[in-house]
Amino acid sequence: MADLAALSRPAAKAPAAHPPASVVIEADNLEVVFAGGIQALAGVSLTVQRGDFVSLIGPSGCGKTTMLRAIADLVTPSAGRLAVNGKTPGEARRDRAYGYVFQAPALFPWRTVARNITLPLELMHLPRAERAARAAEYLGLVGLAEFGRKFPWQLSGGMQQRVSIARALSFRPSLLLMDEPFGALDEITRDGLNLHLNALWRRTGMTVVFVTHSIPEAVFLSTRIVVMSARPGRVIEEIPCQLPAGRALEIRDSPEFNAVAHRVRQALRAGHSYD
Amino acid sequence: MTEERPAGGRILPFAAVFAGVLIAWYAGAVLLNAPQAKAMLPAGHAGLWVLARASWTMQRPELPAPQQILFTLGHSVFANPLTSPRNFLYHMAVTAKETLAGLLLGLILGIAVAAGIIRWRTLDRSLMPWVIASQTVPILAIAPMVVVVLGNLGITGLFPKAAIAGYLCFFPITVAMVSGLRAADPLALDLMRTYSAGNAQVFRLLRWPASLGFLFPSLRVAVALAVVGAIVAELPTGAVAGLGARLLAGSYYGQTIDMWVALVLSSLLAVLGLAGVRLIERLVIARRGGRL
Amino acid sequence: MRRRAAASALPVLAIAAGLAARALLGHAPASLFLLFVLVTLAATAGALFALAGGTSLAERLASPLLFGLLVLWAWEMLVLGLKVSPVLLPAPSAVAVAFADHYRTLAADFRLTYLHSVVIGYAIGCCLGFAVAIAIDRSPFLKRGLGPFASLMSAMPIVAVAPIMIMWFGFGWPSKAAVVVLMTFFPMLVSTTAGLAEAGAMEHELMQSYAAGYSATLIKLRLPAALPLIFTALKLNSTLALIGAVVAEFFGTPIGGMGFRIATEAARMDLGVVWATITVAALAGSISFGLIALLERAMTFWHPSFRAPAGS
Repeated sequence: MADLAALSRPAAKAPAAHPPASVVIEADNLEVVFAGGIQALAGVSLTVQRGDFVSLIGPSGCGKTTMLRAIADLVTPSAGRLAVNGKTPGEARRDRAYGYVFQAPALFPWRTVARNITLPLELMHLPRAERAARAAEYLGLVGLAEFGRKFPWQLSGGMQQRVSIARALSFRPSLLLMDEPFGALDEITRDGLNLHLNALWRRTGMTVVFVTHSIPEAVFLSTRIVVMSARPGRVIEEIPCQLPAGRALEIRDSPEFNAVAHRVRQALRAGHSYD
Repeated sequence: MTEERPAGGRILPFAAVFAGVLIAWYAGAVLLNAPQAKAMLPAGHAGLWVLARASWTMQRPELPAPQQILFTLGHSVFANPLTSPRNFLYHMAVTAKETLAGLLLGLILGIAVAAGIIRWRTLDRSLMPWVIASQTVPILAIAPMVVVVLGNLGITGLFPKAAIAGYLCFFPITVAMVSGLRAADPLALDLMRTYSAGNAQVFRLLRWPASLGFLFPSLRVAVALAVVGAIVAELPTGAVAGLGARLLAGSYYGQTIDMWVALVLSSLLAVLGLAGVRLIERLVIARRGGRL
Repeated sequence: MRRRAAASALPVLAIAAGLAARALLGHAPASLFLLFVLVTLAATAGALFALAGGTSLAERLASPLLFGLLVLWAWEMLVLGLKVSPVLLPAPSAVAVAFADHYRTLAADFRLTYLHSVVIGYAIGCCLGFAVAIAIDRSPFLKRGLGPFASLMSAMPIVAVAPIMIMWFGFGWPSKAAVVVLMTFFPMLVSTTAGLAEAGAMEHELMQSYAAGYSATLIKLRLPAALPLIFTALKLNSTLALIGAVVAEFFGTPIGGMGFRIATEAARMDLGVVWATITVAALAGSISFGLIALLERAMTFWHPSFRAPAGS
């Protein structure tokens, strides 16, 4: 919780030369152009501090997923500078600096839930006992302690996505990248998982970059909301969002919550004409 | 995301592989024929190139070179009338006829049985498991017996071969058509019920059109099987006409090149059959506005 | 309840009446014999109808079994009743007798054809197809070149190379095994190549996010995902291998083997032995297919086609 003060700072336009150690992601004038000339990102600058929970929000096709994929080195920027932990995204990926949660659980159906969670640990050659301990630990963390020996397809969609979060956490990366992880789930499941994720984030103190197109979800989870415009994607506005730490779903009825949500909505409208 | 199409397309890699096969073929011909060729060449003359040339032009090679096969084929086609048994196209036509007749037989029978299985649950329960199980059985093994038995009954010529080819095609077509006739959209079936359509109407207007997407893949399998069936059915009859007969005769008399010509033509027959199915499929797809 | 009672009583009645009709054939007055035939047919038909609605495993198994028995019985009765010449169609009982009489020959044929040509050829062909698929996996150029070539070869009448293989490898089992290798190689190559492309983009990116290398991705993700298609080829090939070996023997084997037996005994009109050999071939084919299918079930239990409906 010591970082809370740092979190409340508005996004600093930090000097590019020597980013302070607390900067996890730094993007400067980032551009991504796909084969075929489609420009997905145009001049995006973004700084994410350690412990931040940053949501990228915007209409479909605004490049928010592309931004996340660029950070994860799944897409190569065509111009601009991007650093993750002070290194290139490629180096960061090879360091296993981040865990990535996809839109779908992407669990391997031939592995049990526990062995899905230990998949990255096997790739990192952790000893078997350690792997088992981690699987138990993170299954407990996402509230699925008894399900380790089941197969993913025997679980509900929400449970599967929790397994995929546990898998992303299992090798203890300091950065979690989430690409609309709850987009395919029903509203009730989604509420539950939002609560869960918020508690998890507070307990682990990780840095999270979260892509969503749900305004309530972004406001509920984030310390900062980055609103992006339609193609080519640009940052329209960064909205700080400081709701009390121990939050329950009811907070969504509070005036503070609605004020932030209102700002986000305004920003979205400004960056996007609906005609 | 669509798959990226890399430069070079499909032609270039295929051409490269084809060239590789040709080179391997010529090299293999040298390798296999060299002992014979050496014996034929006067001693001391065994330079590599001379040896290679000799291996590619032998009368009865272990492995004939591709140009020998083409030349023999060309010679048989252009030096003889189409009705002569010395013309390979005559034998190809015989086998093609058997294949086609078998295919039709299998198609009609397969669709009829599939329709019956769809219509009567009793047949589905009692007959269908046997149809499925017979796909695991080497049905072709009965070919010589069928030919001999039909011969005893005085039935010879086209029919025994077509019967075997058809019998082979029957199973994949039946299995595919049972799935295909069941593939009709349940909503569309309900719609037909609201019109109180009869079984025949439902079949004609809904089940049959819906099944074509299953029919064509099974037809491709059936074509390959029908060619094999026709060739194998020609073996036990004492073999006078057809590519299988030609193959067997070639093997008796050690005419290697003739065997290879028959082999190439039977492959060509399979390819033509596949192309024919593809063509019909394209036509049907075109008539349906681009989709099956 | 009444349907269930009928479903269990009718098959018993059908079988009893069938056995009685078989026993009476030629010994009793025609009217009595006909009565038993009619009772058999009616009881079987009734049982098949009653069983068609059943859902339990026993009921599902009983239908095809009863139907198979009916076919065998009708075959026996027709052949014996109409005095069909054994040169055309031997009765099942005659086949059974031939089976018992020629047990040793049949076993020797099985050993030669199945345990040598089929098993060895199948193993080599499948392994080779798999190995080549892995070898060309890293070269998109070769994959695009060999792919269409291999699918084309899969549709070719490859058994027809049998005389050439006999010329190269002699009259013994190695030439038949060579035919089997050629027949099984291409389907395996095609299926494995297709299988290696089965893993989804998201799963690939997951492995990429772990900085997993080529071999780790192959072993942990792509090979398991390829298993269903590999098994498809293994099953198809088990049938193809038997066909290849048997048919290759039609082209000439002076020693023995199932194909040789079928061809020579058919020519000598000894159809009892032919049918007995065909029975052996059919059993060998379906049992090996069944074993591979069992292995498939054990190894790809996770595939949607095998999954139990999601419970919990």
